[in-house]
Amino acid sequence: MYVLGIEAATPVAGVAVVDEKKVLAERFVNNKLTHSVNLLPMIKDVIKDAQVEPGQLEGIAVSSGPGSFTGLRIGMTTAKTLAHVWNLPVVPVSTLDALAYPVTGYDGLVCPILNARKNEVYSAVYQGREKGIKRLTNLMAVSIEELKKILCRWQDKVLFLGDGVDIYYQQIKDMGRRADFAAFSANLPRGAAVAEIGLKKLKKGEAISALEVKPEYIRLSEAEVKWAEKNKSAGKCNCGN
Amino acid sequence: MSVVILGIETSCDETSAAVIVDGIDIKSNIIASQVELHRKFGGVVPEVASRKHYELINHVIIEALEEAGVTYQDLDAVAVTYGPGLVGALLVGVSAGKAMAYALGKPLIGVNHIEGHIYANFLHQPDLQFPLLCLVVSGGHTDLVLIEHHGVYRPLGRTRDDAAGEAFDKVARAMGLGYPGGPLIDRLAQEGDPQAIYIPRAYLEEGSLDFSFSGTKTAVLNYLNRAQQKGEEVKKADLAASFQQSVVDVLVDKTLAAAEWYNVKTVMLAGGVAANGLLRRQMQQKAGDRNIFVTYPPLELCTDNAAMIACSAYYKYLRSDFAPLTLNAVPGLKLGADKY
Ligand SMILES: [Zn+2]
Repeated sequence: MYVLGIEAATPVAGVAVVDEKKVLAERFVNNKLTHSVNLLPMIKDVIKDAQVEPGQLEGIAVSSGPGSFTGLRIGMTTAKTLAHVWNLPVVPVSTLDALAYPVTGYDGLVCPILNARKNEVYSAVYQGREKGIKRLTNLMAVSIEELKKILCRWQDKVLFLGDGVDIYYQQIKDMGRRADFAAFSANLPRGAAVAEIGLKKLKKGEAISALEVKPEYIRLSEAEVKWAEKNKSAGKCNCGN
Repeated sequence: MSVVILGIETSCDETSAAVIVDGIDIKSNIIASQVELHRKFGGVVPEVASRKHYELINHVIIEALEEAGVTYQDLDAVAVTYGPGLVGALLVGVSAGKAMAYALGKPLIGVNHIEGHIYANFLHQPDLQFPLLCLVVSGGHTDLVLIEHHGVYRPLGRTRDDAAGEAFDKVARAMGLGYPGGPLIDRLAQEGDPQAIYIPRAYLEEGSLDFSFSGTKTAVLNYLNRAQQKGEEVKKADLAASFQQSVVDVLVDKTLAAAEWYNVKTVMLAGGVAANGLLRRQMQQKAGDRNIFVTYPPLELCTDNAAMIACSAYYKYLRSDFAPLTLNAVPGLKLGADKY
C-alpha cells in the first residue's frame, strides 16, 4: 500500500511516499519560499523518486493543522484536489500528531509546540513511553504559561519539540529538570510522519472522502473575533434575530 | 478540434469555475457569491473569504464540470486567476488549479484577473477588431488600456486614489445604503435628479488620462455632514444621482478622449462597474456621436466569474502560453506583465 503525505502547515514543506515498511521517497524544504511555489513540484518529484505511478497510490495524507491558515489551505486544497481527480480517499493528520509521532518512544510526556504568533503556541500533550499516538489533551492555542499550568496535571518529564521551542526556550528551561528538549532536527514537521500516520489510519478505515477534509484552524479569524466581541458587548445575539 | 478549458476564479469574494469551449461557448459558469457572508463586516474580510473559498472550491469545480457535461479527462487545459487580488483567496484557486493540471497531465494557464474582465467582451464577440480601448472599472480598478493585439496591453491611465467602484461603496456606506454600493446607488439614482447637487468632477491636468475619485467621494461626505449639522434632510436619490453622474461624466469623457487620440474605433467596458446603467447608456450615446462602437459584457459577466478567465485562457492556449507548476499568487500583478 502506497500513501502520499503532504505537510505544509508551518513555514516548512515536506512531502513523502511511504509503504507499510518504509519511507520510499521524501522531499523537505526549509527555504523561505511560499508553499505555493514549492509544493506541487515537490509532489511531482517525490512520486517520481518513489517509482510509483499515481494510480498505485491508495490514499493521500495531509497535515490538517493547527498551523498557518494559508499554509493549511495550500496543502489541503492541493491534497483534496489531487485526491478527487485520482479518486483517492484523504486522511487528515493533525500537524501536532505528526510532530510528536517520531519521538513517542520517549519515557515521559511529549509536547510539540508550534509558533502560533500573538504570544501563543499551538500545542497538545502526548503520552510517550509506548510507540504510537496517545493524545492526552485537545489541540490548543495557548500561551506558554498556560501550557505549563496544564502540564502540572502530570508528574512526568516532558520532551518539548517544534518550531516554538526556539522562541520559548527560556520559559521552558525555567521548568528545570522536568523539561527535555528534542534534537533540533526533530523540530520541523515532516511529510514522512504525516504519510506514516496516514497509512495506519487508512488501514483502520479512518480515511474520509476528499471533499470532506477540513483544516483545524482552532482560531477564528480576527474579524470574526472582533465582530463577536462588539456584538456581545452591545448585547446582541448571534442567532440572526 | 474544439478546445475545452476549465477556468477557476477566487481572487476576491466569489468562488467560481466555468467550462468554455473555443473561447465562446459557455458550457457552465458557476459562481458562489460570498456577499452575504461579508455583509455584516461591511466589506470583504480576507481570512473569512479564504476560508470560504477553501470550503467551496472543489464543489464549484465539480458542479461546473457536471453542468457542462464533461469529465476531468475531457479538459484541454486548466486556467486559474493568479492576480491581482487577495493573496490568501488567490492561493486557494491557484493550489486547486495547479493540482488539477498536474493530476490530469494537462497544461496550466495563469490568467490576470483584469485581463479576464477585459476578455468577458470576447465571449460574445470574438471578432472585435484591434486596436481596442478598454475601460476597466471595478471595486479595485479604474484603468484605461489600449489593446494592440491579443495579450498586448498598453496602460494609458489609471486611478490615482480610489477606484470607481470603491468610491461607490464608500459613498453608499456613508449614505447608509449598505453593501455592495454600486447596484444600490445605480437603483436609487434612477429616482433622483443628477443636476440637483453640485459634485465636482476631477479631470486632473490637461491631457491626463488618469482618474481621481477621492475628491468626488469627499464632496459627498462633506455634503452629508453639512446637512446633518444643519439638521436638513438629505434627498438621497438626488445625491446618489448627482454623485453617479459626476463619476460617469469623467469616465466617459476620458475614455472617448483616449479613443480619439489613439484613433481607436471600438471601446469596451469591463469590470463590475461596467454593469452601471448610466455608464453604459452615456458611453453608448456619446460614442455614437463620434462613430465609435461601444461594447460591454452582459450584466452577469461584468462581475467576477470564471467564464471570463477561461475565455482569456483560450487565447493564451492558442499561443501556447502555459504556466509552470511553480505558479504563485501575485496579489499586485500588472496587466500584460505575467510573472511565472
Ligand atoms: Zn474583478
